[in-house]
Amino acid sequence: MLHRYDVVVVGAGGAGLMTALYASRGAKTAVISKLHPTRSHTGTAQGGIGAALGNLEEDHPDWHTFDTIKGSDYLADQDAAQILCHEAPLMVYELEHMGLPFDRTPDGRIAQRPFGGHTNNVTKQPVRRACHAADRTGHMILQTVYQQCIKNHVSFFDEYEVLDLLVNDEGNVAGVVALHIDSGEFHTFHAKATIIATGGFGRIWKITSNAHALTGDGAAVAWRRGFPLEDMEFYQFHPTGIKGLGILITEGVRGEGGVLINNDGYRFMYDYAPTVKDLASRDVISRAIYLELRNGRGIHGEDYVYLDVRPQTVNRYFEKDGITNPDGSPRRISAADVEKKLPDIADFCRTYLGIDPVKQPMPVQPTAHYAMGGIPTNLQGGVVRDPANTSVPGLYAAGEVACVSVHGANRLGTNSLVDILVFGRRAGEAAASYAATAEWPSLPPDADGPSRTEVERLRSNAGGEVAADIRTQMRALMMDQVGLFRTEQLLADAIVKLRELKSRYSRISIMDKGLRWNTELLEVWELGCLLDLAEVTATAALARQESRGAHAREDFPNRDDVNWLKHSLAWRRPDGAIDLGYKPVKLGLYEPKARVY
Amino acid sequence: MKVRVKIRRFNPERDRKPYWANYELEAEPGDRVLDMLIYIKDYLDGSLTFRRSCAHGICGSDAMVINGHNRLACKVLVRHVGSHITVEPLRGLPVVKDLAVDMDPFFAHYREIKPFLMNEEPPPYDERLQSAEARARFDDSTKCILCAACSTACPSFWARDSYVGPAAIVQAHRFIFDDRDRGAQVRLAILGGKDGVWRCRTIYNCVDACPRGIDITRVIGQVKKALLTGNIE
Repeated sequence: MLHRYDVVVVGAGGAGLMTALYASRGAKTAVISKLHPTRSHTGTAQGGIGAALGNLEEDHPDWHTFDTIKGSDYLADQDAAQILCHEAPLMVYELEHMGLPFDRTPDGRIAQRPFGGHTNNVTKQPVRRACHAADRTGHMILQTVYQQCIKNHVSFFDEYEVLDLLVNDEGNVAGVVALHIDSGEFHTFHAKATIIATGGFGRIWKITSNAHALTGDGAAVAWRRGFPLEDMEFYQFHPTGIKGLGILITEGVRGEGGVLINNDGYRFMYDYAPTVKDLASRDVISRAIYLELRNGRGIHGEDYVYLDVRPQTVNRYFEKDGITNPDGSPRRISAADVEKKLPDIADFCRTYLGIDPVKQPMPVQPTAHYAMGGIPTNLQGGVVRDPANTSVPGLYAAGEVACVSVHGANRLGTNSLVDILVFGRRAGEAAASYAATAEWPSLPPDADGPSRTEVERLRSNAGGEVAADIRTQMRALMMDQVGLFRTEQLLADAIVKLRELKSRYSRISIMDKGLRWNTELLEVWELGCLLDLAEVTATAALARQESRGAHAREDFPNRDDVNWLKHSLAWRRPDGAIDLGYKPVKLGLYEPKARVY
Repeated sequence: MKVRVKIRRFNPERDRKPYWANYELEAEPGDRVLDMLIYIKDYLDGSLTFRRSCAHGICGSDAMVINGHNRLACKVLVRHVGSHITVEPLRGLPVVKDLAVDMDPFFAHYREIKPFLMNEEPPPYDERLQSAEARARFDDSTKCILCAACSTACPSFWARDSYVGPAAIVQAHRFIFDDRDRGAQVRLAILGGKDGVWRCRTIYNCVDACPRGIDITRVIGQVKKALLTGNIE
């Protein structure tokens, strides 16, 4: 079946919905999503969205900009970071106007809490910048923007999985091909402008906060059509995932005063980040936890530490550190505050750990969380194809799948939510205005042919390999060899093993030969996306001979601004090999300097 | 430990009617029912079909009937239910395949109550002020993840599928009691109609079913009271 829309958005998380909301004001717009929109992973964001509103204490967008750039280990493009942080307050106000139920201060303004890496640039102390709705801020953003899409009559194609990006003979993007999950039928969406907003690919890792759906489909289909991926070696491990499960425990816990404790009962962040301690940026804390574990100071010698938000612990450190409220009174927290401000965290602890966080500390370990890298775009969300930033007519990307780059080598907490809104809006507006004047791109002949062929191959393959085995092995391999600490030897070996897994992938057999709701087939197709992205990640990581942000090379432990203050770009050659290139970082506001918290 | 999982199955391309299938597998007490479904799909029968995404109770994909109760498969652990586990699709929505039901009627009811803030007054440059007390009035209903566990546990919904159901009422409550919203009368008119709140017989199944701990019957009671008194203050 053939559909025609001026703008087609792939993905219905915060970024996809925001692009759709804005695009739909000027163009006929459809959103295609493999999930019902409210199932998207934006909904799991917890602690807050960063914006220098200054509702509780002095704050400035410029401070937020500096924190973002410092957090990025100076790899963020500074013009993009400045836009992000200066437009953040406008987006938060817009969300409030849309009806988002933010928590409120006593004087009725949007409530804000401290978060990792967000500081008062003068005192260097944590600043209250994360605007929150309890610990379900992402849930409320997803719901609110979806509500606005309903109000504005945006067209949705729910439970359609996009399998291919259409590129015609002139090299123009002409839409996408999607499989309708319920019927198994192929649908071609012919579009003047296509926006990819499919989120991340955290399922390449064994321990991850990411949903099962986060298989990097959008990045993979663009990659396979020859578009580059930027900064793929930078993958964020969030310091506090529930032990074994990887479920996210928000940084907001530490924003409310929670502390990390090792087996000696010692608050070890004193040693790694003496000024902001447990509110250092995520890469710093994840590495600190890993080093504690490696030195045998995990709880009971195992591979986790405690996150302690019990009021008696928190208040002891508040007192010791002389922490005060905005009015100068000594800061204290009660059990009721924990329940009220972190209800979902308390629920996770009770459900999955059988513990009460008010009475017991939470066992946590770093969990793979966020891809800083992705499809390179300009400041309007337009995809760019080369180091000269040549734009691709009709192709846009926004959200985690994109790389603007505002996050550089390490994303600051809360900034993913800012990113999806600020650059989602920009991409939506740009796509609509492009579509208003652009000619219809010609559809390639046999537009859905390659997708049909691939799906039929997956359905009928008799090679005998088991998808789950390959998936499990890939995830363990990535975690062990491409994770928090990396070496040349581990990475080179991982790439060899990933190629073996890809070869086995081509021989996977499935049991379900049906058309309708064949999720087994789709899971195998998604595994193919993950394997591609895992290989790019490992390849870019092997090439970068320095340590910066989330990319920590034990054989190159220092940041090397002389040789490596640059973004990586990776392209897929027609034979499947990977080419790497680089482009400069846009500086101009803050000169790179040593990063101390 | 050994766990026996009994699943109500139906493949529209193969089966004329649903049937029970039994599986035996090893599991840990901390494993989720979802983990077991994934294991069965990965290694025993790839055609087993269910929705899932976040796997920790936020996305709302995997509501199903587990040992007779509407639950999220990712929030029920083996240690909660023991070694004999029965899993069925939600009741009151058409089964599409195995544990996946047709969610369209559910989301159509959601849209019926106009689930978006109505307020055409020009907003200030910055945020509208709202007191913490005013915000607290509708806090419970903002937790809803639209998983459909409540509506599909409701005998009134089973009996009459045109009833908007508890989930839609919770969503309406979220706006009716938000002092920034101006659409209360529009929504109350819908909920006061023949398929609105008066279909609720206060059976409390929804409260048991809600994985978010929303006190749904209380929420519905507040809407009923607003209809009777004409007052939402």
